[in-house]
Amino acid sequence: MTVKLTVVRSGALTTVQDRGRGGHAHLGVPRSGALDAPAMSLANRLVGNASDAAVLETTLTGCALRPDRGVTVVVGGAPCPVTVDGRPAAWGVPVRVPAGAVLNAGSVTAGVRSYVAVAGGIAVEPLLGSRATDLLSGLGPAPLRDGDVLPLGTPARQPALPDAALWPAPPTELTLPLRLGPRADWFTPVALRTLTSATYRVSQHSNRIGLRTEGPPLERVSAGELPSEGMVLGAVQVPPDGRPVVFLHDHPTTGGYPVIAVVAETALAAAAQAAAGTPIRFIPG
Amino acid sequence: MTPGRSVEVPTPSRSVQVRPAGRHALLVELPDAERTGAFHSELLRRRAAGTLPQVQEIVPGARTVLLDGVAHPEELASRIADWDVPSRAVDAGEVVEIPVRYDGPDLAQVAALWGVGVDEVAARHSAYTCRVAFCGFAPGFGYLTGLPAEMHVPRRDTPRTRVPAGAVALAGPYSAVYPRATPGGWQLIGTMPDPTPLWDLGREEPALLTPGTQVRFVAVTEDGTP
Repeated sequence: MTVKLTVVRSGALTTVQDRGRGGHAHLGVPRSGALDAPAMSLANRLVGNASDAAVLETTLTGCALRPDRGVTVVVGGAPCPVTVDGRPAAWGVPVRVPAGAVLNAGSVTAGVRSYVAVAGGIAVEPLLGSRATDLLSGLGPAPLRDGDVLPLGTPARQPALPDAALWPAPPTELTLPLRLGPRADWFTPVALRTLTSATYRVSQHSNRIGLRTEGPPLERVSAGELPSEGMVLGAVQVPPDGRPVVFLHDHPTTGGYPVIAVVAETALAAAAQAAAGTPIRFIPG
Repeated sequence: MTPGRSVEVPTPSRSVQVRPAGRHALLVELPDAERTGAFHSELLRRRAAGTLPQVQEIVPGARTVLLDGVAHPEELASRIADWDVPSRAVDAGEVVEIPVRYDGPDLAQVAALWGVGVDEVAARHSAYTCRVAFCGFAPGFGYLTGLPAEMHVPRRDTPRTRVPAGAVALAGPYSAVYPRATPGGWQLIGTMPDPTPLWDLGREEPALLTPGTQVRFVAVTEDGTP
């Protein structure tokens, strides 16, 4: 019989995530998937799941879950207090949650997004090869609500032993290596210098679609309109207000604002864990 | 740091420009919509023939094609330089017919912009075979080109907060059909009576209007008959 997981407290925004549904951008389907992919993989590995099994991605305030059978769970990513039926439990390593007990992942003490991996994985029906919630186009399961019941898959017989699992600390300063283009020529030389010399800060309006920034606006050479063109993960798009937005996994597949540069994909996990107000430095690289 | 090393590729009469987009992608820019369609269909032809290096996404835009998930983008950029791209897309496959009741709230506005009577909009709009230039905005939303320049209309000054699913709309050089209810700023001229085929996750290919697909609008009456 399927093991079920009841959502006791859904938190500010908790979604089902996996590696996402890449390969459909030409149909207007965002890739979606866990923003901090290394954290998702590590949490999965520690409960014996395949690295792309579906997990829960929380936002700032965590979530609480009640399984109807005993399950093994790891809470990782952004650090937070973990309890089982009110008693303190370990963060970042496997925790046994008895049938009917409530696992609580609390508000983060640093970072933004915690990942809750349950042995067997979240087993909602995949769409286009992924179980991920895509907040831009509404594909995949809706963000969790209190009382939702999620099916779990069958756990691997032998969970991997927790070798020295290293969870990177959420960044206190975010360094984002980027390469100019494809539309750097839409911007003034001053704007190109500003991008890599000024300090920006993470805006509180950031979400799964993009890391929004506060800082000096980037001035364009001309005010013309850019015909819609394909957008990549990590694209630094500059809307009319001049403040760069770094595209994260739920970004639109095409867009009409010029992309001044592209941030290396390997830096985006840290971007997903940078709290509002975190200083950002864009560096060539 | 210099703004992206672009590779200028001269072709018989026009040029293809390959722009870098990060470590794993290229944005190929073409001089016009027609050449963009031709380049896109050439990419699909080469992929089908197994002569294109591994590319995860081929995403056409209005004047560009994005190649994302490329192992060696600089090498591919220089290979594209040697391609002999036809100037027109090869019209492949069948024409998808989309039934339309021409009953949209902006019909009179569009008729005035075209300088025709309201009852002539249906015949004018359904007289052309269109082509899906690219997708975006929402899953299953295709930007269709093919109307002559004198039929291009501006967006509405004030976008609607809700455009119903199935709305047939015009903006700039494009026609489109809304696969589901969303906000929208396009001029609404009609309704596809049953829009569910536009995006059907039960099908192997969920989108009806994929890039390159040819489309003909067919005027139907209130009860859906031609």
